[in-house]
Amino acid sequence: MKSRFNVWYVIPLLAFGGLATFMGLGLSHDPHEVPSPFIGKPAPDFRLPKLEGDGTFGPADYRGKVWLLNVWASWCVSCREEHPVLLKYSRLNQVPLVGLDYKDQADDGRKWVDQYGNPYTLTVMDVDGRVGIDYGVYGVPETYVIDKNGTIRYKQIGPITEEVLQKTLMPMIAELQK
Amino acid sequence: MTFREYRSTGLLNQFLAGLLLWTAVVMLVQAEDAKPLAEDPVVEQRLINIAQDMRCLVCQNESLAGSHADLAEDLRREIRDQIRKGKTDQEVTDYMVARYGDFVRYRPPIKPTTWALWFGPFILLVCAVGLLGWFLRHKVVQREPDSPLSPEQKLQVEALLRDKS
Repeated sequence: MKSRFNVWYVIPLLAFGGLATFMGLGLSHDPHEVPSPFIGKPAPDFRLPKLEGDGTFGPADYRGKVWLLNVWASWCVSCREEHPVLLKYSRLNQVPLVGLDYKDQADDGRKWVDQYGNPYTLTVMDVDGRVGIDYGVYGVPETYVIDKNGTIRYKQIGPITEEVLQKTLMPMIAELQK
Repeated sequence: MTFREYRSTGLLNQFLAGLLLWTAVVMLVQAEDAKPLAEDPVVEQRLINIAQDMRCLVCQNESLAGSHADLAEDLRREIRDQIRKGKTDQEVTDYMVARYGDFVRYRPPIKPTTWALWFGPFILLVCAVGLLGWFLRHKVVQREPDSPLSPEQKLQVEALLRDKS
């Protein structure tokens, strides 16, 4: 019997390899991470009442500063997971961390920061969620890095982990502050 | 995969709603007429038309028109406001895309980043048909078997076939 290498026998193997590659990529890709159209665009303006104390806050107040906007809520369970990292961040004396208490009641929000600690420079109340929509928020927590010109440079979807803080946020903040 | 959340109708709420319904049936409470869907049916129809072509970002396989997620309700409220303000359908779509990107649209626009999405299947189809044609042209002819029959075997075959007919 003649033993001859037939190229056609390799095709199913190649097809399987291709399919497996695409499926593998599909598995490692989280469909819940929707790329934000805001990267490189100006942070939408707002003016909202503060959670603690009187007065209001808007992005215009931090013109010329690098700052973080962290969307959280007292009803959000994964915010609790993120919270120790934020508390640690607040002790590093870095750029301001503004909380956006999203679709929440002021009483519940205050109770939450009293109970778990307050890492925020200040927090504003977005009771009806309209500012959240303007920022394209579709889940909590989310965190935006805003530069000196008021441009959104980065969006963290989901909790900030120790790794995200050290490897992504801190170098980026240092770079933007130059 | 990160665990993220959005307020949704929880099991408890569904249970309570069911309980309430059951009580209502049992107690034969005089039912009221259902409230109309919205004050303005024209606005509501336009809302549905727009929202049917949009993805709910919380339950990604549901349309914005059909989703019960809290965010979907908020977004429908925003779209309703926009329509009342006299915005065109295109302007409302642009409003949504500006916030959530092309991902919210079930029919993304044709542009360089979506070419693969729109034309990829047709290119694959053309390739497959081409490959099939090539395959049929070249392979339909039976190859000589690896060990051809010896002259004696051929004669034997022909004799057998003659006997049959």
